[in-house]
Amino acid sequence: MLDCGMHMGFNDDRRFPDFSYITQNGRLTDFLDCVIISHFHLDHCGALPYFSEMVGYDGPIYMTHPTQAICPILLEDYRKIAVDKKGEANFFTSQMIKDCMKKVVAVHLHQTVQVDDELEIKAYYAGHVLGAAMFQIKVGSESVVYTGDYNMTPDRHLGAAWIDKCRPNLLITESTYATTIRDSKRCRERDFLKKVHETVERGGKVLIPVFALGRAQELCILLETFWERMNLKVPIYFSTGLTEKANHYYKLFIPWTNQKIRKTFVQRNMFEFKHIKAFDRAFADNPGPMVVFATPGMLHAGQSLQIFRKWAGNEKNMVIMPGYCVQGTVGHKILSGQRKLEMEGRQVLEVKMQVEYMSFSAHADAKGIMQLVGQAEPESVLLVHGEAKKMEFLKQKIEQELRVSCYMPANGETVTLPTSLSIPVGISLGLLKQEMAQGLLPEAKKPRLLHGTLIMKDSNFRLVSSEQALKELGLAEHQLRFTCRVHLHDTRKEQETALRVYSHLKSILKDHCVQHLPDGSVTVESILIQAAAPSEDPGTKVLLVSWTYQDEELGSFLTSLLKKGLPQALS
Amino acid sequence: MMALPYITEHTGFTGTVYATEPTVQIGRLLMEELVNFIERVPKAQSASLWKNKDIQRLLPSPLKDAVEVSTWRRCYTMQEVNSALSKIQLVGYSQKIELFGAVQVTPLSSGYALGSSNWIIQSHYEKVSYVSGSSLLTTHPQPMDQASLKNSDVLVLTGLTQIPTANPDGMVGEFCSNLALTVRNGGNVLVPCYPSGVIYDLLECLYQYIDSAGLSSVPLYFISPVANSSLEFSQIFAEWLCHNKQSKVYLPEPPFPHAELIQTNKLKHYPSIHGDFSNDFRQPCVVFTGHPSLRFGDVVHFMELWGKSSLNTVIFTEPDFSYLEALAPYQPLAMKCIYCPIDTRLNFIQVSKLLKEVQPLHVVCPEQYTQPPPAQSHRMDLMIDCQPPAMSYRRAEVLALPFKRRYEKIEIMPELADSLVPMEIKPGISLATVSAVLHTKDNKHLLQPPPRPAQPTSGKKRKRVSDDVPDCKVLKPLLSGSIPVEQFVQTLEKHGFSDIKVEDTAKGHIVLLQEAETLIQIEEDSTHIICDNDEMLRVRLRDLVLKFLQKF
Repeated sequence: MLDCGMHMGFNDDRRFPDFSYITQNGRLTDFLDCVIISHFHLDHCGALPYFSEMVGYDGPIYMTHPTQAICPILLEDYRKIAVDKKGEANFFTSQMIKDCMKKVVAVHLHQTVQVDDELEIKAYYAGHVLGAAMFQIKVGSESVVYTGDYNMTPDRHLGAAWIDKCRPNLLITESTYATTIRDSKRCRERDFLKKVHETVERGGKVLIPVFALGRAQELCILLETFWERMNLKVPIYFSTGLTEKANHYYKLFIPWTNQKIRKTFVQRNMFEFKHIKAFDRAFADNPGPMVVFATPGMLHAGQSLQIFRKWAGNEKNMVIMPGYCVQGTVGHKILSGQRKLEMEGRQVLEVKMQVEYMSFSAHADAKGIMQLVGQAEPESVLLVHGEAKKMEFLKQKIEQELRVSCYMPANGETVTLPTSLSIPVGISLGLLKQEMAQGLLPEAKKPRLLHGTLIMKDSNFRLVSSEQALKELGLAEHQLRFTCRVHLHDTRKEQETALRVYSHLKSILKDHCVQHLPDGSVTVESILIQAAAPSEDPGTKVLLVSWTYQDEELGSFLTSLLKKGLPQALS
Repeated sequence: MMALPYITEHTGFTGTVYATEPTVQIGRLLMEELVNFIERVPKAQSASLWKNKDIQRLLPSPLKDAVEVSTWRRCYTMQEVNSALSKIQLVGYSQKIELFGAVQVTPLSSGYALGSSNWIIQSHYEKVSYVSGSSLLTTHPQPMDQASLKNSDVLVLTGLTQIPTANPDGMVGEFCSNLALTVRNGGNVLVPCYPSGVIYDLLECLYQYIDSAGLSSVPLYFISPVANSSLEFSQIFAEWLCHNKQSKVYLPEPPFPHAELIQTNKLKHYPSIHGDFSNDFRQPCVVFTGHPSLRFGDVVHFMELWGKSSLNTVIFTEPDFSYLEALAPYQPLAMKCIYCPIDTRLNFIQVSKLLKEVQPLHVVCPEQYTQPPPAQSHRMDLMIDCQPPAMSYRRAEVLALPFKRRYEKIEIMPELADSLVPMEIKPGISLATVSAVLHTKDNKHLLQPPPRPAQPTSGKKRKRVSDDVPDCKVLKPLLSGSIPVEQFVQTLEKHGFSDIKVEDTAKGHIVLLQEAETLIQIEEDSTHIICDNDEMLRVRLRDLVLKFLQKF
């Protein structure tokens, strides 16, 4: 099972996946070999404790080290908001998160993990957030690559996703930004800084809803350097709780960040911020400008929503949504232009503050997706996550430009892909070398044929030469030989007949080894031709043509050729 | 890794170098320190005439006994180090690296240092393991991966402990108590060491020890041009550490306690003795610095500074150099010398256990490991003992490994597989004859179905006799089995042959078809059809005979 996320837009049963798709009444463990989690975002791992502890799953769960470190913290955070703040019952407990994490097996990048005798998985760097990975899943010669979320352009704190030419049968890729070909990162960054700067200059407050880990760090690095350069004094806050911890994870998992940070971390750790301070709830009512990073990123709950409600009424303020928002969240509503929001308790909140959207979320855009498809060279592509219309556009682009078949199934729809499955067998080195040596000879039009016997014993398949197969099985070869009498009208002596036969064959069979032996017989390859004189008729000679079954074609050809008689020109 | 620049920069080597990320980063630091130390003492001239064999043999020992002096090289420069490192491709443990489609190479954790690796080189049917510098002790690195070494045809074993008689745990204890004793008496402790490796473990021991020993006010100095980098890098390789340290990172806390020693000002690090260090320097103290050979680096200054006082102690922990030889030029010394070599690599008891566990078919190792050390020739336990006996090698010797390659992997395309007709020969064993086109690319072999016979061209071109000559390379299958005469005769009759006569011979039978003037000799493993040139008849008889035989 690939990922186990939750839907941010729902508060009822629909927020978790319907696991009865996997089995109606059996145990999930019997139906799943393993679970793979691509990264720590809740829409990819938010349902894990529910799935493993409440529905029940005891098999392995694979994820990278940073994901394993950060995932339980986000789950706990999410649980607190759901249970403590919203008072939801029947939710997973802290203990369940701990028990669930005990089932996790951490994987390194590029490590081949043998899940069982057949199944192996391998993680590739995906950018997107700290520890995000794409996974190759392989059984025998068939493989699938699942990208999770990824980013094909390096940003201020992470590198770009990369995969080798692994030629999977299927590439399952997210297509969140299926049609957006985003302008250069620099323009977006400049835009962002300009908007923030303008707002604080005129005394407004800027709210940037973010998730604790990921974009937050990138934007912090961006603002930190800007503040330093412009010598600004306006306070920047980061909502407390996860933040400091989050930055600490980045410091300890430096090898997962981009090259620049990795190179310079000894001199200056980019995740130690000078201008950014911890936020206190009381600060929200402070007069004057400020910039606040607050969680969560889609304004669906928690501190970011609280601050938003406080500041929404003032047109001097601004909210910048730096990432994608799921349908149903406040973030999605204000981005789609809604300015009157119905809040809990039938309150209506009028949004007067400026709403800006800046695509900072680290998903690949259409160009990036095409680039990844080009890197991996899959046989087919399957698009998941995105809006149908845009996906349709991308699907056509992939099919036309890359000539790769592409699918975009709706939820619950099944796609069946035919694969051609080669069968691996062991070939005896003797046979292979002999064939390869001969294959090197300049052979005209005809491809050479390799002949051998495939010995199948249990699941052990070996291809050996026929002689070796016979020998191994203790069987004797049965030789089948033919000797044909060909009558010729020829009054000369046998020796001369044989000589005529020799020169005739020699002239026709240019590609074959034709020899005249001292004892008077003629050979063509291993076929033996002898001339005899039957006593009763001196005008007739009998040619005895003798060959084995292995030379059947040539033997048969020779007899019919000789039957036509020898050319007159020579007589 | 320390000799890598000599290979990549001076031999014409153009290939790829594979290494794990910690190996590259820490290897770079070790080389950087070495280059830095050497470049601090520039030599305007260097003597080379003594390398002449005739002169060398007249020199006093050890110069006279030095081997291959002509091949001695100057130390590389930082530029060469950078160039060498740029040729490295990073790999992770258990990553399968395909080399030219022919073999697969995989690094495994060797448990000795951050990112240290053993390697598996395997094809589909053969497996060679290279085990070098491995440790079964629990120190800071990820534990040694033993399971993946199983089923090796050959296991090459090297890099065992240099001090097989010393127990590393005991040595660490001795290290701590000697250190405490000296400091309590107001003396200084000098620890000649490399800037990475055992020092992390020593600092961790001291972290736990100094408070209980009442030494928390004694400053620890770590002096190396790469001291800061080494301490910083050690904290970011969580994925390469043992489980305990990994779980600390998950909290998130730094995996090594030296972070706390630095924070509380107990441990201070300096790039050299010049600059800040001279201001901060307080005695008594503990100094960690290189080079452990005592021939260059900041350690030389401390030997000269502290050598005259019997209050001070030098504690040798690195096993690479004989401490007596290292000290020779400083004699006479008043300073105390303690030898606590800490070498966590495999000892002979651990080797036997390991070999029993992974059971390689053959073990290959340096000659030195197959006999007891010359100084302790009675210690039969200080050598490798395995069955079959290990094959040994000497410097520059070529060994032929005792296994023969028999099989190679080949893939049969599904279309071809579909056309195969398996035949059960014995219970559980089936055979199928295969005629296919071999397709080889990048050392991967594929069998494709034979091409369909070309459609006869309907051209008007006059046919020549030679066009019809069959390609003798289209081989017929081999035959096996024998022909039961009675059944064969019955079959002949069923197919309209009459006037059949059977004669017994010494080895079998002769079946005579008098009407057709045809004679069929049938023996246990041969059949001979002798007939007139009547192709129709011959083919009919052939097919009847073939019905009784198995084809391969």
